[in-house]
Amino acid sequence: MTLKEVAQTVEAEFLNLEDRADEEVNTACAADLLSDVLAMRGDAALLITGEAAPQVVRVADVMNIRAILYVRGKRPQKKDIIRWATQRGIVLLSTPLPTFEVCGRLYKAGMRCSECPEDEAA
Amino acid sequence: MDRQVFAYSVVSTGSFDDVGVVSTEIKRDLEEAGVEKDTVRRVAVICFEAEMNLALYTERGGNIQVVVEPDRVDIYVEDDGPGIEDVEKAMQPGYSTAPLWVHELGFGAGMGLPNMKENSDIFEIVSELGKGTKIHSVVFRRKEDAA
Ligand SMILES: Nc1ncnc2c1ncn2[C@@H]1O[C@H](COP(=O)(O)OP(=O)(O)O)[C@@H](O)[C@H]1O
Ligand SMILES: [Mg+2]
Repeated sequence: MTLKEVAQTVEAEFLNLEDRADEEVNTACAADLLSDVLAMRGDAALLITGEAAPQVVRVADVMNIRAILYVRGKRPQKKDIIRWATQRGIVLLSTPLPTFEVCGRLYKAGMRCSECPEDEAA
Repeated sequence: MDRQVFAYSVVSTGSFDDVGVVSTEIKRDLEEAGVEKDTVRRVAVICFEAEMNLALYTERGGNIQVVVEPDRVDIYVEDDGPGIEDVEKAMQPGYSTAPLWVHELGFGAGMGLPNMKENSDIFEIVSELGKGTKIHSVVFRRKEDAA
């Protein structure tokens, strides 16, 4: 699915890089613990998280994550973090919905777990 | 080019906000040096965990050196911080002395050193109380998954 479809599915708004709305993202991971993201196998295109600390965008950069979806209306508190993400080409989205609902809706729409490759055929 | 050396210093500022900045720089430098994607990611993850530990557990920070060779990448992390009393214990998944505020930022799960080891082909750590900690990690390059 495209980032635009992700945004529509979970009622999210783009915080930056809206021009990338047509980009495909088909694998995701959901984590609040950044250590879990750093320990991930496989490449996730999208990170769903309730953690809005400045380090999240850097973890995403290191893990080749292309977009971050903040849940529960969270978002980075500092403008320079959004600017940094933009520079590194990381798309930021924010949804008012909680994680469980976000994951459920996205899964139903075709998004799959980045760490469960056998699922991709489903 | 046979051998390229990259040196970085991690300054412990007391604020945790900048954690990861050096590691993303390392990632960029290795990409520019033409290192394949899979290796870059492994090195960057190792450096990220190392950077975090320097920021959290040392007063002044420390140094990270990355040496790129045709068949391997060596990572050297050094600090003159408090040292680790029981390295074997510190290497165990889940062992952490990180304060609560670190947990609130999504870190401090005691998975840092184990994850560094997991991403390394060779992992050595030497620590002495009151003197500091030294880590040497090696990632062998696998050319077949070149970027
Ligand atoms: N450079 C260091 N200097 C002193 N102590 C360290 C250093 N690195 C790690 N430690 C100790 O080892 C423990 C485990 O580290 P780690 O596996 O990275 O987990 P975490 O950082 O989540 O606690 C830390 O909680 C800390 O007590
Ligand atoms: Mg750590």
